[in-house]
Amino acid sequence: MSEGSLRAERTVAVEGIARVEGEGSLRAVVRDGSVSDVELTIFEPPRFFEALLQGRDRLEPPDITARICGICPVAYQMSSCRAVEDALGIDVGPDIAALRRLLYCGEWIQSHALHVTLLHAPDFFGCADAVELASLDSAAVERALRLKRVGNLVMETVGGRAVHPVNVRVGGFYRAPTREEVGALEGPLREALDLARKTVEWTSGFDFPDVTGDYLFVALHDPDRYAIDSGRVVSSAGLDTDAAGFLEAAVEEHVERSTALHSRLFGRDEYLTGPLARFALNEGQLGPVARRAATGAGLVGACRNPFRSIVVRSVELVEACEQALGIVGSYAPPAPGAVEVPARAGTGAGATEAPRGLLLHRYEIGPDGLIDAARIVPPTAQNQLSIEADLRRVVERGLELSDSALAARCEQAVRNHDPCISCAAHFLDVEVVRT
Amino acid sequence: MSERDGAGADVRPSLAVWKLASCDGCQLTLLDCEEELLAIAGAVRIAHFTEMSSASVSGPYDVSLVEGSITTEEDAARIGEVRRSSRTLVTIGACATAGGIQSLRNFSEPGSFARTVYAHPEYLRSLETSTPVEAHVRVDLALHGCPIDRGQLLEVVAALLAGRRPVLPGHSVCEQCKSRGTVCVLVAGSTPCLGPVTRAGCGAICPAVGRGCFGCFGPADTANTASLARRLAADGVSPDAVVRLFRTFNAGAPAFEKESRAHERGLLAR
Repeated sequence: MSEGSLRAERTVAVEGIARVEGEGSLRAVVRDGSVSDVELTIFEPPRFFEALLQGRDRLEPPDITARICGICPVAYQMSSCRAVEDALGIDVGPDIAALRRLLYCGEWIQSHALHVTLLHAPDFFGCADAVELASLDSAAVERALRLKRVGNLVMETVGGRAVHPVNVRVGGFYRAPTREEVGALEGPLREALDLARKTVEWTSGFDFPDVTGDYLFVALHDPDRYAIDSGRVVSSAGLDTDAAGFLEAAVEEHVERSTALHSRLFGRDEYLTGPLARFALNEGQLGPVARRAATGAGLVGACRNPFRSIVVRSVELVEACEQALGIVGSYAPPAPGAVEVPARAGTGAGATEAPRGLLLHRYEIGPDGLIDAARIVPPTAQNQLSIEADLRRVVERGLELSDSALAARCEQAVRNHDPCISCAAHFLDVEVVRT
Repeated sequence: MSERDGAGADVRPSLAVWKLASCDGCQLTLLDCEEELLAIAGAVRIAHFTEMSSASVSGPYDVSLVEGSITTEEDAARIGEVRRSSRTLVTIGACATAGGIQSLRNFSEPGSFARTVYAHPEYLRSLETSTPVEAHVRVDLALHGCPIDRGQLLEVVAALLAGRRPVLPGHSVCEQCKSRGTVCVLVAGSTPCLGPVTRAGCGAICPAVGRGCFGCFGPADTANTASLARRLAADGVSPDAVVRLFRTFNAGAPAFEKESRAHERGLLAR
């Protein structure tokens, strides 16, 4: 038994959660051996995107909102395009939709490879970072860097640039890549598919703390495929609605400790989006290779251990490679590369699955083609309350741990959800107060 | 450089990476150097890089890369500490060099942005402006772009390791279009394009896909923005659209700010 647990009052603090994107803090209060309060505080400086979008042209949201997040700019581009297109009554058709999904698969591969191996896996080896991990298992790190490169290659080929792609526009693409350009992705994606399967095998052998969350899962669901950028918003409690309907149901509240707005379903229930939710709701839609990888990793049915999210994320790496290969194999350049975008007033909403969870946008566009109002609901803001609930469970089950070990476990629990704090608005430092 | 870090046996120069108000994309560009990342990690001692590592060593640092703009009192104080602990301070990206997209608040009525987004603006501790790092401390080198270019970042790291001045372009995107053989979208298609006044570095990727440059890398060294604005007006671009064109990620860069303010009457009338 550690010294810490013998004290009636105890404070454990971590100044700045590393290997997440953005800045926040975490504080748990332990009183007489039980957890009385847990707060995830996000004080990443707010950048006021919803305000600065007012008065901008209806064509600008993909370029402007991409700048909310350098790790998942495509998610912002895709959700914003869908929302504006919904407002203006545009349907881009199946060919443009497929090319968009290929771009999005590139981002999933890039982001998941980064998080699984370079940011999250070091926790399971007691390493500070991927460089230290490379000294223990260089093959794993090199595999991830290669996967990441392939993801970026897809983004560069379709989007013109890996961070903040330039080729995306409301209505489609400025220029559809040629059959040869897209065909050249097949070899790298086949290699990536194999590396992703090895990543699933690798992560499934990690030691996972035994923690179970009673999550309310929310994800997009598309009967035809593992949903990335299409489908309706469904929940594990039977909700089935569209983006606009979900935005009415997800009530946001502004609390003093956070520049991210907290979301509750129907103003009441905390919920979780992201890989665990997607897998729980869409396992049946996985492609055959991803499904075999999941089964081989012991993932059958909903996974409620947040520490195993790294395995689910790895399965999604396989899925993204598999979907991308399917698109590449049957690609013909959409002609034209973009549909006409009318200048008319309208209100619309769009939802897609960012690598870290559901991302919704809503725009009101005036008759002059300018944006009157914008609303953006990013995944980490939606997940914040569920992450806090996880932390409570982790602290409750880890009271026997030393202060430093418990703080490290808490940090890891935050990283389980690949939080994008820049997206959420937002500095993570961890503090456990025991009184 | 090694005698400065006081780390005993480790003679590698130390590198620190800092984040202020930003999207993480420029830091990610360092992690995007997939083929070179482990080589960089071998050549320098990564002393502080929160996005990549939970290990952090206190300064002084040989080189600090700073991403993001100053939007809070805390960050204004923090950048002073970073400056004092850094031998060479390099700003990376449009937020650090020009204030970023979040500098659009500088053009609005004070407080209006916070009231639009948050139910309780009184909970926020945010400045009324977003300002570049150089408005607060001395900057040794600025790397432009939204995001920065991977090749330019590697050039800066290689140059600093070799103790030479990095070679970075000050000319415009137009030259890159010419060198890659892209037909001018402004001349041939009357597509509004900031290429003539925007610093090269991206590879002229927008005209290559048939769209106009939208100024990610900020103003080139000798940008004649007024001349370009006249050309845009002659092509029928409205004053409001000219304002929006100059007023994105580098809205706070002096040349772009001056030009956008010259046309904004129409926008304010809305």
